Amino acid sequence: MKFSLEWLKDYLETDASVADIASALNRIGHEVEGMEDPADKLAGFRVAHVLTAGPHPDADKLQVLSVDTGEGDPLQVVCGAPNARAGMKGVLGLPGAVVPANGMELRKSAIRGVESNGMMCSVRELELGDEHDGIIELPEDAPTGTSFAEYSNASPVFDVAITPNRPDCMGVMGIARDLAAAGLGTFKAPEVPAIEGEGACPTEIRIDDPEGCPAFYGRVIRGVTNGASPDWMQRRLKAAGQRPISALVDCTNYLMLSTGRPAHVYDLAKLSGAVTARRAKNGETVEALNEKTYTLDDTMTVIADDAGVHDIAGIMGGEHSGAGEDTSDVLLEIAYFDPTRIGVTGRKLGLASDARTRFERGVDPAFLDDGLALLTDLIVQTCSGTPTQVVRAGEAPNQPKVVAFDPGLTARLGGVDVPQDEQRAILEALDFQVAGDWQVTCPLRRHDIEGPADLVEEVVRIYGLDKVESVALPRVEGVARPTATPLQQVERKLRRAAAARGLNEAVTWSFLPTADAEYFADGAQLWVLDNPISEDMKAMRPSLIPGLLSAAKRNADRGAAGARLFEIGRRYFVGKDGASDEKPTLGVVLAGEKTARGWSTGKAVPFDAYDAKAEAMALLEAAGAPIDNLMVMGEAGDQFHPGQSATLRLGPKNVLARFGALHPRTLKEFDADGPVMAVEIFLDALPAKKGGGSFARAAYAPPALQTISRDFAFLVPGELAAADLVRAVKGADKQAIVSARVFDVFAGQGVPEGKKSVAVEVLLKPGEKSFTDAEIKAISDKIVAAAAKQGAELRG
Amino acid sequence: MTDLDQLKTDALTRIENAPDAAALEALRIEFLGKQGSISGLMKTLGGMSPEERQVQGPLLNGLRTETADAIAVRKEVLENAELEARLAGESIDLTLPAPEAPRGSVHPVSQVMDELAEIFADLGFSVATGPEVEDDWHNFTALNMAETHPARAMHDTFYFPQKHVDHTFDNAPNTRMLLRTHTSPVQIRSLVERGAPIRIIAPGRVYRSDSDATHTPMFHQVEGLVIDKGIHLGHLKWTLETFLKAFFERDDIVLRLRPSYFPFTEPSVEVDVGWEDVNGRKVLGGDGDAPGHGWMELLGSGMVNRRVIESAGLDPDEWQGFAWGLGVDRLAMLKYGMDDLRAFFDGDQRWLDHYGFSAFDQPTLSAGVGAKA
Repeated sequence: MKFSLEWLKDYLETDASVADIASALNRIGHEVEGMEDPADKLAGFRVAHVLTAGPHPDADKLQVLSVDTGEGDPLQVVCGAPNARAGMKGVLGLPGAVVPANGMELRKSAIRGVESNGMMCSVRELELGDEHDGIIELPEDAPTGTSFAEYSNASPVFDVAITPNRPDCMGVMGIARDLAAAGLGTFKAPEVPAIEGEGACPTEIRIDDPEGCPAFYGRVIRGVTNGASPDWMQRRLKAAGQRPISALVDCTNYLMLSTGRPAHVYDLAKLSGAVTARRAKNGETVEALNEKTYTLDDTMTVIADDAGVHDIAGIMGGEHSGAGEDTSDVLLEIAYFDPTRIGVTGRKLGLASDARTRFERGVDPAFLDDGLALLTDLIVQTCSGTPTQVVRAGEAPNQPKVVAFDPGLTARLGGVDVPQDEQRAILEALDFQVAGDWQVTCPLRRHDIEGPADLVEEVVRIYGLDKVESVALPRVEGVARPTATPLQQVERKLRRAAAARGLNEAVTWSFLPTADAEYFADGAQLWVLDNPISEDMKAMRPSLIPGLLSAAKRNADRGAAGARLFEIGRRYFVGKDGASDEKPTLGVVLAGEKTARGWSTGKAVPFDAYDAKAEAMALLEAAGAPIDNLMVMGEAGDQFHPGQSATLRLGPKNVLARFGALHPRTLKEFDADGPVMAVEIFLDALPAKKGGGSFARAAYAPPALQTISRDFAFLVPGELAAADLVRAVKGADKQAIVSARVFDVFAGQGVPEGKKSVAVEVLLKPGEKSFTDAEIKAISDKIVAAAAKQGAELRG
Repeated sequence: MTDLDQLKTDALTRIENAPDAAALEALRIEFLGKQGSISGLMKTLGGMSPEERQVQGPLLNGLRTETADAIAVRKEVLENAELEARLAGESIDLTLPAPEAPRGSVHPVSQVMDELAEIFADLGFSVATGPEVEDDWHNFTALNMAETHPARAMHDTFYFPQKHVDHTFDNAPNTRMLLRTHTSPVQIRSLVERGAPIRIIAPGRVYRSDSDATHTPMFHQVEGLVIDKGIHLGHLKWTLETFLKAFFERDDIVLRLRPSYFPFTEPSVEVDVGWEDVNGRKVLGGDGDAPGHGWMELLGSGMVNRRVIESAGLDPDEWQGFAWGLGVDRLAMLKYGMDDLRAFFDGDQRWLDHYGFSAFDQPTLSAGVGAKA
């Protein structure tokens, strides 16, 4: 909300400087978002008297003026305005002044060979309005030589953010009351004129919807002239950022900005019959003052007459009955609307207005008669006319809230010890009534006060939050325990492990284009936004791969030879009962070159599926998964290359990860060049750590005897998975065999068609004594026999 | 000169001049081999009288030992020379690049979240989480923002078409699903789950339907919550001061508390932090009011509204405390100097290389939670 200092001074008697006021506003919770002093812009412009005006020797449209600036000799000024003439008063910009409208600095110059010592200014040049047909004409009595800023009452403007809980400060008067309480001066309540009015109000006012509109007061004023509003009002409205429209409209806006009290003025000629506050009918329409037509329903309150709706109550008036140039008789409306009703209606219609902002937050229910009297006075002063008596329907809420307050709470909650007398004084300055037993009666306008905590806030903000001293939080007793959950600890380890392995952590959007999300959904139900910011951010991701793949593609488009990205984040699904099912996940994408071409390595090497497997295994190990027990199985998903991808499972059903090359179709879908490898690790599937939280490891002493190594070369069917052969070999003698490892795979020359040669190194661990030759032979025979069950035969 | 002397001089000279290992071996055979000249002389000892042997024995033994030693010395010299000659041919150009391991990195948001967890662990705060796809009740209503509350207008909310009933609460109606607009719903969930007393921080993703140079539709917040007995605004101020001093590793962090309004706190406090101009950059610290210094809005906070404590099923006459919400991305930018929020979420490898952190920059209190450039 914007307002000028001169306006504030209507309600606040103060000598405080602009800086002190601004600082106090910040201190008491009305954040100053901007300050502007129009006098700064008007420096160097002053009231000047045109003594003579003669033709320019070289230009038909220019005149040469002699101008009295109030000091020294008159200045010669060249002027092109048609209305420039001897005897007039205007505004002269002296050399050095900067024209507000265009930032041009004025200089002494020659215009068509004639010296000019300044510029006579138009309204537009000084940013006082849009007119630019001629220069400003000031009244004859304007004192020559006065600075124009002073002459025009230019006053500093505050731009203040009013929090939603303080509708009472959405008018200058309320801000003045708060400032006075903060010691910045004395609050001056407006003088409300007693206007009896002549005769009864001819228009009947009715309330058919007392829930939506508990009170509706009005009166008619006959014989008004709706011209332009007076300069002083326009100046203040402009300072507040409100465009002057017509005297009648300006008066209601002025009342609202001054006191926080919205009102409405109807052209009486456009009304017929009783004016009623009622529920709208479903499908009823009204053209509002913003020239848009709204379709209403029966949850909304309207003001209507026999012919139809004239006002979306508390939000916006109707175009048809609005005050126009030729309006002569008006009906004033001052009503109290239910805040919730206004909020719901406004949201439904998507219609914002200054009135709605105030009504939905709650206006002062005790300010109907005063508001009406002030508005009547403003209109009669500016538009003349004769008011009738007031007509009243209904009653605004009039039961004040009483809060049982304990002044000790200020210290207990607010952390600052404010003497009781001072607390009482602060509350009373804010218009609360404090009884001897600390029963505090709240002003009706303070809808925000719900209980004692709110009164603590009132006391502390006025007393000064800067007086709250820091008090150390007591240390938690006992031994320090981990403050991160097991999952958080796993995520931290994974993040550092992945980065140590050369992967770059990315943070990508949680939402994707719907098509991308569906491509990775695998039939799961997705969350799709009703109101996305763009179609590219519409569906919550079911996988981390699409976001990383898109990032890898962007990197490739920027010329990067390769990308190795990872992300730790959630995948989002609709859960069984409609709740959110969010699965913590790690994703990796490896795209482009694994190794650049090199002097020792030759050509660049692209990533392959084994690189993806390496990341999957290493990261699973970092996450504490039992990697020796994992099974490599299929079904990584349609997004992956069917022959170069796999899942890693702990048991046949529990999928810990999937990895491999992405399907060429996936790459096409994402417009990415391949091959691209991807890994996804499902952190929610990781088994909980065993061991029950003991630090001690299982007992172990390195064996005294060395392990021995034996190599076996098998001929196996071409389609046999190496892991099956290894598992068979390892299982041949669980006591003796420590490990089995494939060290060579070969097919081709010397190997029969449809077969491959797989060489396995087996490590044997002796028991108490070294193996005898016979024992080793027996173990070897068991190995060969076990391998044979997989179709393997020992090569000669 | 005796014959023996002559033989010795001759042998040592020839050994010293042996040009290579083969020549040296030939000399060894010539002198010390079975048929060698010195070996032959040694054999004559047997035919000598004891007196004669007593004289000749040491002489011949000496000759043999000196010759053998000379051969060994010469052999080592020749071998060293040969090794040097071979190594000289094995020189490689070590200015050529060695195989490079890729450098990975940790994202600044993660780094800062780890820093937060470390600092607050010292103050006894655990890390809590909650769903990002939330229901309206947890995100708004339970936080004292009923459906008609005007403060909802301050949150540009992303909505889903679905509704959901949370059966944890009798009073939780069938509410619409949305993307959480702040981390504050974690307050409710944590209080319900763990009860009081409680000290948590809750970092995570939040969403607002807003996008421009300084706003992205997704960003990160960290919520803080303390509920206990006898907690007041002074504790809030101390906690935030202590945290910010530890985070920026400066003792001269000054806070300015301003009254504000959030439906879920009462009293509500906006916290400004002082900054000073260092080479055209706003660096936190110093004195907000001095020339060349200023204040920036950093976070919103306050004493938890008793309605929120009630929403979580606790007795507000018994328990009270404070809460705050703070932008994690903003903290990262203030500390580490990034100036474009949108770049956080692009995954540009160059940006990640530049602003990311080494895996080994794990924040710890003992080594300093911040990682210096």
